Amino acid sequence: MVNRSIVSIADYSHEKIQYLLDMAQEMEAHSNRKILEGKVVATLFFEPSTRTRLSFETAANRLGARVIGFADPKATSSTKGETLKDTIKMVSNYADVIVMRHRLEGAAKYASEVTDTPIINAGDGANLHPSQTMLDLYSIYKTQGRLNNLNIYMVGDLKYGRTVHSLLMALSTYNPTFHFIAPKELEMPNEYKMYCKKRGVNYIEQRDFTAETIADADIIYMTRVQRERFTDLMEYERVKDAYILRKAMLEGCRANMKILHPLPRVNEIERSIDDSPHAYYFEQAGNGLFAREALICHVLGITLDDLKNDKTIIN
Amino acid sequence: MEKRKDLLVAALENGTVIDHIPTEKLFTVANLLKLDTFHEPVLIGNNLNSNKIGKKGMIKIANRMLSDDEISRLAVVCPNIRLCIIRDYEVVEKKEVTLPDTLENVVRCANPVCISNNEPMRSFFYVTDKLHGMMRCHYCNKEQKIENAEFYQLFNVKP
Repeated sequence: MVNRSIVSIADYSHEKIQYLLDMAQEMEAHSNRKILEGKVVATLFFEPSTRTRLSFETAANRLGARVIGFADPKATSSTKGETLKDTIKMVSNYADVIVMRHRLEGAAKYASEVTDTPIINAGDGANLHPSQTMLDLYSIYKTQGRLNNLNIYMVGDLKYGRTVHSLLMALSTYNPTFHFIAPKELEMPNEYKMYCKKRGVNYIEQRDFTAETIADADIIYMTRVQRERFTDLMEYERVKDAYILRKAMLEGCRANMKILHPLPRVNEIERSIDDSPHAYYFEQAGNGLFAREALICHVLGITLDDLKNDKTIIN
Repeated sequence: MEKRKDLLVAALENGTVIDHIPTEKLFTVANLLKLDTFHEPVLIGNNLNSNKIGKKGMIKIANRMLSDDEISRLAVVCPNIRLCIIRDYEVVEKKEVTLPDTLENVVRCANPVCISNNEPMRSFFYVTDKLHGMMRCHYCNKEQKIENAEFYQLFNVKP
């Protein structure tokens, strides 16, 4: 049997990405179905994450599946010293698909090697978070009508931001122009700049975040600058307000420009922007549902055609 | 009479000669091959003159051929050593040790939060750059320098 697990989407072809986007679009058209009736989805959150877990569980529920799992590993055998392998082997007997989040990097990859039950990686430490990347790609595709030849601006914490790293890798083959706007302490790590260089991807690094620097943006991907990331708190005080997107900065921007943010937001996007046609972060989170519905169906062997000819749609 | 400047180290009838070992790596290599518990004759020399690398270490091991696994481990510590296989006092084969394309269960991932350091499981790396000695962890994807890597069996953590 082919293992259909989704651990990473970094090496997916354009065709495969497009296929998953088409599936997500189909899900958006009809997000309530009974196509997974009789299936059991396990959500194993060895590390708490309310947002991602709720999104996956909603996806499973809206497709008619039942959900088992845990949100806090303190209540499980991992605290008794059970290995990840044993937990996965055990749950594999009960569930048709396992959605897992773990604090250790590579945990989902390893899990997919010890069981035939498909695994969906819902985040493994600072490493990968493919369902977030998928919903980011879907949001970009939906708002811009394409993924190629876009000006993508990444702003804020580019050093620790897992979502920006995954997005960078996923978009790298679509001829993007990246702009990295971050304070020195949180700038894009060298390995990702090398990644771009090796693949001939254009990128520009900037410290200034002003109306002029963002005038050509198609997408502005905002992230939170967190105090605890700084070794030098003086530096934090100096830059903390420099990476806030303010309403006045949007005046000269492109009409098609959309603002994305993986959420939670603190103050890095002025609240007055929420009503602007450029604000897209709440819809983006909503797209997470469709992207995750598509991923769950895909790993269970359900095809785009199955979705299009689905007789179980509830409206 | 001209004095012999050759090494006066006994010739091997059968076995393996590991030559051109960087002097600081000699004992690492000896440990790696578990020579402390090997019961056949072993000769270890260090700080010997070498035309190639200045000073070198050399190890002669009687009646032992190295396995492919041992050779990969050697390649990780010192990528440029040479192996001579001896049969009946003759060198029957010379091998330049080179890094393999993958390393399984040889070294530990440098990333403390990699799953491979936290579960009883194998480690697995792709050698991404043989020239600069770089590898990437199959699990956590971290790119790392091979020469900084820590071996498993020196600490007997792995079965």
